[in-house]
Amino acid sequence: MSIQVRGLRHIYSPGLPDEQLALDNINFDIYDGETVAVIGHTGSGKSTLVQHLNGLLKPSEGTITVGGVEITAPGTSMLEVRRRVGLVFQYPEYQLFEETVAADVAFGPKNLGLSEEEINSRVRDALELVGLDYDEIKDRSPFELSGGQKRRVAIAGVIAMKPQVLILDEPTAGLDPGAHRDILNMIEEIKEVSGNITIFVSHNMADVAALADKVMVMDKGRLLMMGTPKEVFAQKDRLREAGLSVPPVTELMGKLREKGVDVDDNVLSMKEAEEEIYRFLTRNR
Amino acid sequence: MSEIIRIENMSFEYERDEDREPVKAIRDLSLCVEKGSFTAIIGKNGSGKSTLAKNLNGLLLPTGGKVFVKGWDTADEEHIWDVRQTAGMVFQNPDNQLVSSIVEDDVAFGPENLGVDPVEIRKRVDKALASVNMGEYKNKSPHLLSGGQKQRIAIAGVVAMKPECIIFDEPTAMLDPRGRQEIMDIIEELHGEGITVILITHFMDEAVRADRLVIVNEGRIFLDGTPAKVFREYDLIKSISLDVPMAVELAQRLRKRGIKIPQDVITAEGLVDYVCQYR
Repeated sequence: MSIQVRGLRHIYSPGLPDEQLALDNINFDIYDGETVAVIGHTGSGKSTLVQHLNGLLKPSEGTITVGGVEITAPGTSMLEVRRRVGLVFQYPEYQLFEETVAADVAFGPKNLGLSEEEINSRVRDALELVGLDYDEIKDRSPFELSGGQKRRVAIAGVIAMKPQVLILDEPTAGLDPGAHRDILNMIEEIKEVSGNITIFVSHNMADVAALADKVMVMDKGRLLMMGTPKEVFAQKDRLREAGLSVPPVTELMGKLREKGVDVDDNVLSMKEAEEEIYRFLTRNR
Repeated sequence: MSEIIRIENMSFEYERDEDREPVKAIRDLSLCVEKGSFTAIIGKNGSGKSTLAKNLNGLLLPTGGKVFVKGWDTADEEHIWDVRQTAGMVFQNPDNQLVSSIVEDDVAFGPENLGVDPVEIRKRVDKALASVNMGEYKNKSPHLLSGGQKQRIAIAGVVAMKPECIIFDEPTAMLDPRGRQEIMDIIEELHGEGITVILITHFMDEAVRADRLVIVNEGRIFLDGTPAKVFREYDLIKSISLDVPMAVELAQRLRKRGIKIPQDVITAEGLVDYVCQYR
């Protein structure tokens, strides 16, 4: 499974006074098993981009190929596309509506016309995968859960469709620190179990550094750069021009370097920063 | 300094349907807020912090104990508008707070309801928009603005009512990093002008900017003090699955390896200054 995007353009309201070029000549490849973060300032085109990947928006120009199937070709079954590519929106917990957690997660798979047995096993697997106890939670009302639990139920609903590509739009927005950590662990767990492509949109650079194999940087509808977190977060000035920043630890190490402290500033994790500062402070011992 | 808000043995229970036990969101909590201070309140989802915020200007009334704003009991119907005019509130979702199709009308909405003279309203609206750097947008439509800009309009609407205190309930939760920074800068400016600020947030790097930090857990005050003092309780904070700011975490890790970093280092700037002494 891989994704190829070629010459993608999207124009909102073409021919009208508020016509806007939202995506301009986007080209990239995502390979099997990769976790890809999409970052960009508000209005940079990142949500528009991910909505193309499951056929929710149609390009004005260009092609998107997912697992060898060109999903932008005329006559492609959208049901088929959405079965392959699952998209979890921002604040997905607002979309919960069933009386029980199990019924909510089962809603998508039921529409696929699967057997009762298959649906039940998918619901169980999906809830366990997002870190919830199936037997404990299945009969509860989604509305009496905590914010973090609700969000995981909503994500389970998409996972139960068994997509080959999972896209999450700002999966940790608005959560408290504990629920935030749970979602990050969940994304890693999903990646480990499924081995599929995961794409997530995020404003949290520390999360991006911790989770992503590759980072796509969007700016004014263009793909400004794409690379490993190390490569991308080494480009502090270009990121700043695009209204973005580096992870807080990277920022800290950069400040130390600017002030003449001899440390490596291309670090992305707390552990690396700790080692660098420790090495510097004990260099004469 | 004199106090502007006094909470005395307050409790709050949410009624639930049928025969189920009510949810105890706040349990016998007492707290005083000094006039002109900047207090951050943190706690996980469900800790009671938003319930507490809504009790501070009479949007909710305590089911036990009392809340006083500038001496007025929030349960006293006669003074509810005095309470609300003294303590304004800004919420998380800017889309739920804007009422008009033109920015300046939106900002004028509050003072109009207070019966303020039109000439005075004009002055207040211009001043409030200038204070959030949105003066040039006064004739625009709010729905064309970014989340951060909408939130600034919501703040201007509160500022135009000339409150002495503003309660911000997770004002940056739905914003991107640039929007968050803008809102935090405005909050600090308003505090600089003498407005009492109460900021409820999940972001520890915002909490360190306050001069007092209150951590609420299970409806009670868990920790209370200056950010430097509160973040010293590193293990306690982690034990209720909250985080500490990046610099606090990094300093703590270095301390465990024998580096003697002072306990009052809680920001990136503080840690940079400490390390720079050893260049």
